[in-house]
This record gives sequence, C-alpha cells and structure tokens, in this order.
Amino acid sequence: MIIFTPRNKVSQNWMIAAPILSIFLTIVMGTLIFSLLGYNPAETLYQIFVSPFSRIDRISDIFVKACPLIIIGTGLMFCFRANVWNIGAEGQFIIGALLAGSFGLLFPGMETKFLIFMMIIVGFIGGALWAFIPAILKTKLNVNEILVSLMLVYVAMLLIDFVVRGPLRDPMSFGFPLTKAYPEGALINKIPIPGIGFLGQLHYGVLIIFIIAPISWVIINKTLSGFKITVLGSAPKAAKFAGFKEKSITMSVLLLSGGLAGVAGVIEVSANMGQLQPEVSFGYGFTAIIVAFLGRLNPIGIIFAGIMLATVKLGADNAQMAMGVPKVVTGLFEGILLFFLLTGETLQKYQIAWKNYRR
Amino acid sequence: MDALILTIIATSIPLLLAATGELITEKSGVLNLGVEGMMLSGAVGALGATLWLGNPYFGILGGAISGVFMASIFSVFTINLMTNQVATGLGLTIFAAGFSGLAGAPLVGKTVPSLPKIELFLLSDIPHIGDILFKQDLIAYLSIALIILITFFLNHSKSGIVLRAVGDDHNSAHSIGYPIKKIRWLATCFGGMCAGLGGAYIPLVLTPHWSEGMTAGRGWIALALVVFASWIPWRVIVGALIFGGITIAQLVGQARGWPIPSQILSMMPYLATILALTIISGRFSKNKSSVPASLGKPFIDTP
Repeated sequence: MIIFTPRNKVSQNWMIAAPILSIFLTIVMGTLIFSLLGYNPAETLYQIFVSPFSRIDRISDIFVKACPLIIIGTGLMFCFRANVWNIGAEGQFIIGALLAGSFGLLFPGMETKFLIFMMIIVGFIGGALWAFIPAILKTKLNVNEILVSLMLVYVAMLLIDFVVRGPLRDPMSFGFPLTKAYPEGALINKIPIPGIGFLGQLHYGVLIIFIIAPISWVIINKTLSGFKITVLGSAPKAAKFAGFKEKSITMSVLLLSGGLAGVAGVIEVSANMGQLQPEVSFGYGFTAIIVAFLGRLNPIGIIFAGIMLATVKLGADNAQMAMGVPKVVTGLFEGILLFFLLTGETLQKYQIAWKNYRR
Repeated sequence: MDALILTIIATSIPLLLAATGELITEKSGVLNLGVEGMMLSGAVGALGATLWLGNPYFGILGGAISGVFMASIFSVFTINLMTNQVATGLGLTIFAAGFSGLAGAPLVGKTVPSLPKIELFLLSDIPHIGDILFKQDLIAYLSIALIILITFFLNHSKSGIVLRAVGDDHNSAHSIGYPIKKIRWLATCFGGMCAGLGGAYIPLVLTPHWSEGMTAGRGWIALALVVFASWIPWRVIVGALIFGGITIAQLVGQARGWPIPSQILSMMPYLATILALTIISGRFSKNKSSVPASLGKPFIDTP
C-alpha cells in the first residue's frame, strides 16, 4: 500500500527534477508504443527528437513554431495559476487572426509597418473578446468556463471558414478559399542574417517573446496582481479572507490569455501565410496547454517548454515524411508528458512511502 | 417524418450513452473531462474489432473495452496519484486523440458493416411507434435499459446511495469505512465503458468508416449534457434528444438550402450547448443540491 504524507514545504528538488524526469519517462513510453505498433523505435525517436536539430535552418524553424506556443502558453499561465481553465485558446487565436486580418485588408497598398502594430492590437482585442464570453458567463452566472471556451473553438473554426469562403474571399483566387494577400504593411518580414541571408523562416515576430516573457515574469513575481492570481489558485480560501476580488481576477486572466492567444494568431498569419485561409491554427491552442504545464507555469520555463514541444511537432512532421508515422503521435506524446508532469506535482506536495497494513 | 425521427434518435444515442456514463462518474465525485478522448478510442476500438473479427457485435465489445482502458489510465493518475482532475482529463483527450489516430491509420478507407436492427416481436408491428422505437439496434436498446437501471440504482439501491455519499462527502464516507478509491475506480471505468459504447455507435451506425477526430466534439457536448440534466438520469434523455434534434435540423437546413450559410448552421449545436449551460447554471446559483459536493476534489488517504 502506498502512503502519501503531505510535505511541509514544496520540494525544490522535485520542482526541477519533475519536468526532466517526465520527458525521460515519456520517451520510454513512446519507445514502447512505437515498438508495439511495429515502427522502428530508434528511427522514430531520431526523427522526432533529433532530426529537427540536424540543420541550422531547421533549428530556426523550431523557434518559428515555438513562437505561438510560447505566447499562448504565457497567457494560459495566468489562467492556470488562478485555477481558471481556459482551454479555448485555439478559438481565441483564430478570432485574433481573423479580426486583425480583416482590419489589415481594409488598407490595401499600405506599406508602412505601422499597420502591423495596429493589427497586433486588434488581434489582442479579438482574442480577448472571444475569451470575454466564457469570462462574463463565469463571473456573472457561474457557467463552467471549460465547456464554454471549448465550444467556442468549434464556433471560431466555422466562423473563419465562413468568412474566408464568403465575404472576404478574393474573387481572383480561382475558387480557392483565400482572402486577398495582405498589404506590405501587414506582413512580418524574415530576419536577414549578415552573410547568410535568411535562416529558414525565422521572422521578426519571434522577438515579441523577449517582450512578453520578462513582462509576465515581473507581473507574476513582483506585483501585487501577480500575487493575487497565485493565491487565488493555490489557496482560494485565503484569497477570500484577504478580500481579493475573485471575479475581477478571473475576468482579467481570461481576457489577458485570450488577448495573447489573439496576438499569436496575428503573428502566425502575418509572418507565415500573408493572407487568411480556412485553417490558420494547427492545434497551437491545445499544445500550449501542455507548454504551460511543462514550463511549470513560469514564464522562463515556458520558453524552454515551447521549444521542446515545437521540436516534437516538427519532428513528427519529419517522421511522417520519412517513415509514414501519422503525425497525430504528437498528441500521444503530449498526453503522456502531461500525465507524468501532473504526477510530478503530486510528488512535490507529498512524500511517498510503501507500507503494509491491513484495516 | 418517421425517418427524420429515427435519425434524430440515432444522433442522440452516442450523446446519451457518454453523458450517462459521465453522470455516474461525477456522482462518485470524479470529474473526467476525457469523455471526448474515450469516445474516440471507443470508435477506433469498435472499428478495429469489427474489421478484425468480422462482426459488428464484437465492435460493441471492442468499443467498451477501449473506453474502459482509457478510463483506467485516468483513474491511475487522478485517484491513485491524486493528480489534478481537470488537467488529467484534458491530457486524456489529447492522448486518446493521438492514440486513436495512430491506431486508426491502418483502418483509413475501410468500411464496416453496420449494426443490425432488431425487431421486437409484435411491438415492432405497431404503426409508426413500432418503426421508431422497436426496430432499433442493440446499443440503442441497451442505452434505454441503462437509464432505467441507473435511475433505480441511484435512488433505490444501497450501492447507489453509497456512490452518492462518496461523491458528496468523501471524508465522511471514508470514516464510516467505505473504500473511496475502489468505488471511484469502478465509477470512472463505468463512465469509460459508456463513453466507449457511445463512441462505438458512431462508426457502427452513423458513418461506417474511420476519420481522425470523428467524434467532432460530442464528448464535450456530453459533458455539458450532464450539467444540463442537473445529474438526473432521465433528463439526459431529454437533453440528448434536443441536441440530436438541433444537429439534424441544421443538416436538414443545409440540404434544403435555407438562406443561411452552412457554417453558421453548423455552429448551432455548439451555440446551443453554451445557451443550455447558461440557462441551467443561472438557475443553479439558487439551488445547488444535485451537484456532487466533492466533485473534482482529490481524496487524500492519510493514515
């Protein structure tokens, strides 16, 4: 019989060991599953974890893929710290991209990059608006935010599909569901590297991480608001006694996370697509949930976690091309990883001992 | 008209099964958000078993077993390792989506025979009613039997009352000597079985081939149905039929060329879910009696 005894203090060693151990155990489990399904485990693991690092332009693509994951994950960090479960980031990402894209297309021929800054603000508002729906329902009527935010993902997917095939479709697109190309001012350019030219898809949008991560770190660790968020999540009763306004905290974290997801959507489309299309997100909003947990709900950790999961996403693409492994395996890895990470959280809080006793 | 009602019933059965299972799980105090994942693996399990053994009845079994398998993963982590139930449930859905995609990849493009209809002697001869209610398949009959049994179980059997006690106050139930973890394990696996059956119904009756993510959010709607039914079994039937009706109504609308874009019509079930949750939750703020009080809280067995 396994006995759990609460620890007096959260174990610092486990804090660091848990994510590393979780990744290791996930790889072990992955190897087992691949062997069972008849894929060569060594080659699959090579494709997933190593091949993305095999060329310098591939490494820069990791950062491109990690960018939306880190931005969304940082937003979700605020929610999850406050024990508010926004799982609709995917929808907020889409609406951010959609609203900002529609805004950008209002100014055809605009060349100054002022436009993209405006679009990022519009995208933030779009994502925040989409998150406002579960937020207002949660705070006013106590409606479960998990289900509402998730339902809105499906609604957002259908909405962008409708807009891109209907009102905003480019009449010159030969029947393809695409909008007109963004004007120059709405695009995010690739970063030129002296002597090399461009490194894969590496673009200026990635730099926003260096703004968002430090600001979030300061908010969480050095401000009263950040403290309130953490207390509400970890000790709701204490938060109540201290007189923290639960509803306004819930509302703020939802709006903030929705807004950041929207910003991620704007950057993704303006840097990599240059026009709106029916599918703008490829599960970023859901993967970011894992990123937030793997990063231990810490802005710096989330950067590493985002890079890690972007690697797996790119690696899974490579594995599909090279070996025909369906790329849904990323889901498998993400799920197992989350299970182990959560177990790590238990081990942080409790000491385990094996004991034989009968009652 | 009969045909229309039959399609509505067929559409609501996966929701009905998954929601009923989740209702029992939640009554024991466990919130399993992995219903969507358990349904997906039920669907792929049913397809695999049917193709492998050549008979859709094995598909039923395959679906149920896959669902229980997924639920037991959830149980190990949430009940024994006391992980956060919300996050673990999300993890289960992500995991099962990957798992079913991987397992379903070899099944792409293959079609399974659909589940035979069983005509109930004499009853099926009643005009209209016979056609609608008594020429159904095994899973449909099972799901109705399940609702009746569960209503009786929760209200009139000792085990049912113990289950509710565990869900309402696990510490008191534990101090009287009930094995909390065992009861929760059983309730969660029952929920997994039902979700697996609901998932199995989709390929065995509705669309006879595999496609990734074929449950299309039904598991999440089932979770909302439990709230909508305010944890009362027979209300799940009403809720499931309403959602089946809305889904079919928008399909009919698309087929008949209503002047509303098809994407907007397709939003209806999801918007209806939000609306239903809002109405019910608004009422709940006054009366919370039927919500299991320990729902989502881990039970810590400290000696």
